[in-house]
Amino acid sequence: MPEGVSRIVEDLRLANLTKQFGETKAVDNLSITIPAGSFFALLGASGCGKTTTLRMVAGLEDPSAGQVFIGDKDITELRAFQRPVNTVFQSYALFPHLDIYENVAFGLRRRGVKDVDAQVGRMLELVELASLARRKPSQLSGGQQQRVAVARALINKPDVLLLDEPLGALDLKLRRQMQIELKRIQSEVGTTFVHVTHDQEEAMTMADTVAVMNAGRIEQLGHPADVYETPHTIFVANFLGQSNLIAGKKVTSGEIVEVAAFGLGFKMPASRNVAPGMNIVVGVRPEKITVLDLHDEDKLPAAHNRIFGVVTDVSYTGVSTQYLVETPWGQTIIAFEQNSIVGDRCAVGDQVVLGWAPEHTFGLDPAEGLTSGLDKAVVELESDPEA
Amino acid sequence: MAHVLPAVAVTPAIAEASKRKSRVAYFLLIPGLAWLAIFFVVPLVTLFMTSLQTESVTSPGKYVPGLQLSNYTDALAEYWPQFLRSFLYAGLATGFALLIAYPLAYFIAFKAGNWRSLMLVLVVAPSFASFLLRTYAWKTILADDGPVTSTLNSLHLLPDGRILNTGIAVVAGLTYNFLPFMVLPLYASLDKIDYRLIEAGNDLYGSPQQVFRKVTWPLSLPGVVAGTLLTFIPAAGDFINAELLGSTKDKMIGNVIQTNFIEFRDYPTASALSFALMTVILVMVLSYIRRSGTEDLV
Repeated sequence: MPEGVSRIVEDLRLANLTKQFGETKAVDNLSITIPAGSFFALLGASGCGKTTTLRMVAGLEDPSAGQVFIGDKDITELRAFQRPVNTVFQSYALFPHLDIYENVAFGLRRRGVKDVDAQVGRMLELVELASLARRKPSQLSGGQQQRVAVARALINKPDVLLLDEPLGALDLKLRRQMQIELKRIQSEVGTTFVHVTHDQEEAMTMADTVAVMNAGRIEQLGHPADVYETPHTIFVANFLGQSNLIAGKKVTSGEIVEVAAFGLGFKMPASRNVAPGMNIVVGVRPEKITVLDLHDEDKLPAAHNRIFGVVTDVSYTGVSTQYLVETPWGQTIIAFEQNSIVGDRCAVGDQVVLGWAPEHTFGLDPAEGLTSGLDKAVVELESDPEA
Repeated sequence: MAHVLPAVAVTPAIAEASKRKSRVAYFLLIPGLAWLAIFFVVPLVTLFMTSLQTESVTSPGKYVPGLQLSNYTDALAEYWPQFLRSFLYAGLATGFALLIAYPLAYFIAFKAGNWRSLMLVLVVAPSFASFLLRTYAWKTILADDGPVTSTLNSLHLLPDGRILNTGIAVVAGLTYNFLPFMVLPLYASLDKIDYRLIEAGNDLYGSPQQVFRKVTWPLSLPGVVAGTLLTFIPAAGDFINAELLGSTKDKMIGNVIQTNFIEFRDYPTASALSFALMTVILVMVLSYIRRSGTEDLV
């Protein structure tokens, strides 16, 4: 496309998209709209249907039901090579017999575009690989291959760029670097990015909108901070970051909902409670909790929710300190504290009070069970009395 | 830099060990090399010496060691049509085998699913019967009163009215007999192709035909090269197909060599022809491999 001509980028819309493999529904009646130009992350554990969703958008998998739209155009029946959509594959899938230049030029050549040379040059410039144009993919490092994969897809100026765990094969440091790089490229080209990942931190740092997916459905969708601060399901509370969850019963409703559990009362704004009935799971994120010695309880604001307990473990992680506190009813509460306090930290065996603001409390429906969204191995380890 | 010292001290021991290891590796080569020396190099040298023998002056019909280079020129002058025919038939058979084997190997590699092993066994299965026997079977299949010939005749598709004892039968026999040698390397190299590369080609606006031409075909070239060589080389030297399925006008160089050895007992001519055949094939193969640039492929 000539410079200076602004392109009308359109929304990607999935309508009742379903994919059935035999008995199992990999993707179950999915309907979402991904706004044009946004960086959208599909987050979920392996097998949750996120990659299948991506492949249906790319046209590499036929949906069992439902439609895919770009703007008003139904692209469900179009084949992969007819869709204005490109994919960055998980293991890059660079053509081993072609050099970097030809890999990047592949899409342009198939469409018979004229100024291949100038476009490939500019694209290699954008991903900072111009000097390696004549190398074969096998001669490049993982990070470089990753950039070639992005360049090869982006050069076609797709309406939507799909990224399937694009950073999965890179080591942690390089992954951080590429996260920033990808964000820079996205804001530079303004294309809609749909990014599939199981890495919650990656999803939160990169995306404008995160959709947490579980068993073929979207659990919750929104701005990363909103989803994190106000999870709507136990799955999201556990899968995205960590949460302390306490099951209780509603005592009063109104502006402020009060929940009674284990002889204690917990308050939260009604807007932060999504439980429909009397049974409510009270949740709070570990970093929202203040850990105080029992003698200092009066330092907590009166309105704060509080739990009393005994410190069973203290781990110093540099930025913060992680406390494990056992409650009188035998539950372990996890709390992070910034290492900015002056004076002594609490030690193992100390009687402490844990306090947090009602505004940081959320209420969830207990129906799905308190361990939903937790790693199965972790759950087993914790429920094992020997451990 | 003090911590570097121990490493330096260790190095000679490591070098010693790796030297010992590589010596062991050479020992592993001995049986193979010995086998090749006794059963390949020695006969090859003998063959070459025989090809230069001259007829004895005292007892005609016997041959004595010599440097009769005219054995080569005489043999080629007399038998060049069979030489050319060999390469023509082998080339045609290789071409047909490729046309048949590629779709088959492609199907087995990408579409066969659970049937894959069974299909591969079926490809190899004919080899359980003897080569000679299978070629005899083709005599029946292509017989003048057989179903194939009569069907084609009723459609007026055969210029001579027959298949058996023509070049068509020889090429058909060669194609059939060497087909597995084409299928297997093709399958191996198609099977190695990461299917995501084909998906990537589709994703990057390549129609199925374009993706085949630009991705699948180039990536399968090692198999194509291996398959054509494994088919062409034995086909060019074959004599059974021409003997059983062809007429006297369809003789290949293998038949000539065989006749000279067994019937005429003209060992120098037969050896010269064998050697010439080997040289021509070697030169052709080398230039073919260089041109297809397989060493560059993954």
